[in-house]
Amino acid sequence: MSLIDILTMRNELLLTILAMVLLIIDLNLNHAQKSRMIPISIGLFLVVTLIGFIPQPDKTLFGGMYHTNGLVQLMKNILNIGVLIILFQSVGWLRNPANNSKISEYFFLLVTTLIGMNFMISSGDFLMLYLGLELATIPVAALAAFTHFNTKSSEAGIKLLLSSALSSGILLYGISMIYGSTGSIYFDTIGAAYANVPLQVLAFIFFFTGMAFKISLVPFHLWTADVYEGAPINVTSYLSVISKGAAAFILIIVMFTVFKTLAPAYKNMIYLVAVLTMTIGNLFAMRQKNMKRFLAFSSIAQAGFILLGILGTNKMGMTSVVYFVLVYIFSNLGAFGVVAAISAKTGKEHMDDYDGLYLTNPKLSLLMMLSMFSLAGIPPVAGFFGKMFLFMSAASNGYYWLVFIAVLNATISLYYYLLVVKAMFINKNEQPIATFQSDGYTKIGLMLCALGIFILGFASQVYEFINGLTFGI
Amino acid sequence: MIDNIPLNAFLVISTLMFFIGIYGFLTRRNLITMLMSIELILNSVNINFVVFNKFLYPNLLHGHFFSLIVIAVAASEAAVAIAIIINIYRNFKSIDVDNLDQMKL
Repeated sequence: MSLIDILTMRNELLLTILAMVLLIIDLNLNHAQKSRMIPISIGLFLVVTLIGFIPQPDKTLFGGMYHTNGLVQLMKNILNIGVLIILFQSVGWLRNPANNSKISEYFFLLVTTLIGMNFMISSGDFLMLYLGLELATIPVAALAAFTHFNTKSSEAGIKLLLSSALSSGILLYGISMIYGSTGSIYFDTIGAAYANVPLQVLAFIFFFTGMAFKISLVPFHLWTADVYEGAPINVTSYLSVISKGAAAFILIIVMFTVFKTLAPAYKNMIYLVAVLTMTIGNLFAMRQKNMKRFLAFSSIAQAGFILLGILGTNKMGMTSVVYFVLVYIFSNLGAFGVVAAISAKTGKEHMDDYDGLYLTNPKLSLLMMLSMFSLAGIPPVAGFFGKMFLFMSAASNGYYWLVFIAVLNATISLYYYLLVVKAMFINKNEQPIATFQSDGYTKIGLMLCALGIFILGFASQVYEFINGLTFGI
Repeated sequence: MIDNIPLNAFLVISTLMFFIGIYGFLTRRNLITMLMSIELILNSVNINFVVFNKFLYPNLLHGHFFSLIVIAVAASEAAVAIAIIINIYRNFKSIDVDNLDQMKL
């Protein structure tokens, strides 16, 4: 390995440089100039995102600890696009006088967690995976407790930090058993040595439990609703989209490489978790009236659908998971963007406040409707194809009953997604939210979501492109 | 001296520590004690790594390095957790989890 090879890690290096540069620029600004950080940070991050699209050859660094290929690079680009949209959408909230002095901390912490996620996706051994996972989690807890004068926010922060620390403890215990039974922490070596030995199955269960906490699958989902409600809304959208997407990416890579010989043993377990996650997430989402809590439970239900692709255990399964996460980023960020824009202007987050929104803010209502249709999976918007490919991959492996349950759940979810649409378009309200204009950044963020939802629904090339990079068991 | 102790004895200790940590995390109502329980879990993992390395794979070093890094990460985790706990103490005048019920179903 020559020194020039280190440029293979360009995403991580660029993000690290960006984080440092943001801190240095912040040192030279006085209190009144802090708002200049917004265009600087977004501009620099846009450059990093664009550089990510330059193709580069596959390579392995540090004796197999770090590797990159077309699929890994694609996943990093997907996350970068998501973070870019979140940065655009959070401007309205950051301009709030209470947050003005902490603008650069927000950007710094967000970039730091993204570095962790990039390392996690690129990891070739469990040490790198663990380090990336922690780097992706600890700063998010600080972000969740960002508005320190708000009791709900610090409550969300400590709940997120303690439950993620517990989950990484359980994950580590599984990794220590894997190390004990195989003598290696490298994915390639373990994948060749793994068998149906009881200790190794137990180790897998511990590992999966740790990851299930991060993706908030059902027996381990209890932290989700409180954290999502208490955290500032842009942090909530980050948690529910980027953190969850990154964890789903690395989970499917690890399942398809390290634990591939274990597939017959873990099938039933994941089957059960998938059914529970979809059903319970849906049933709880129906009775939520706070928009953030509502979206939290809907995101739990969406995570259940991701497991269908993992159970597919074929090339199509991985393609459909990556495609689903890509679509999910746009549709969920569309919904969160509207909620964030309204919350930044009026402070209202209750579903009843959305009654009659169409009469006063028609564009926001239309985007919200589009996102809800996409999350529910109504053709021709992108969400329909995301779900359909997941169902097809599970069905191609013979899980007809699971697909039936998933379709039932998709129908149930239609009920509560349409409740929001009904509130905006049909319900009468004496005092609807007054007409307001968002700032330019927020508008760009919302437009990107709308474009993504439409384009992904019609451009089949995207699916073909992902399919060219993925692999099955 | 350490060679006279069988591997199983260490594993029993680490398993006990792991489950004491889980039990403590789920039953204790004080945030600092919950943090201590997590440290117990992480230390049981460290014992596992070091013992597996020493007894089963004595010519490799992965286990030792892994436990070193776990210690470092646990320290940073505790730093952030204590910062948030101090913030909670300022807001609630207590660090009891029973007070942290601002959000209910």
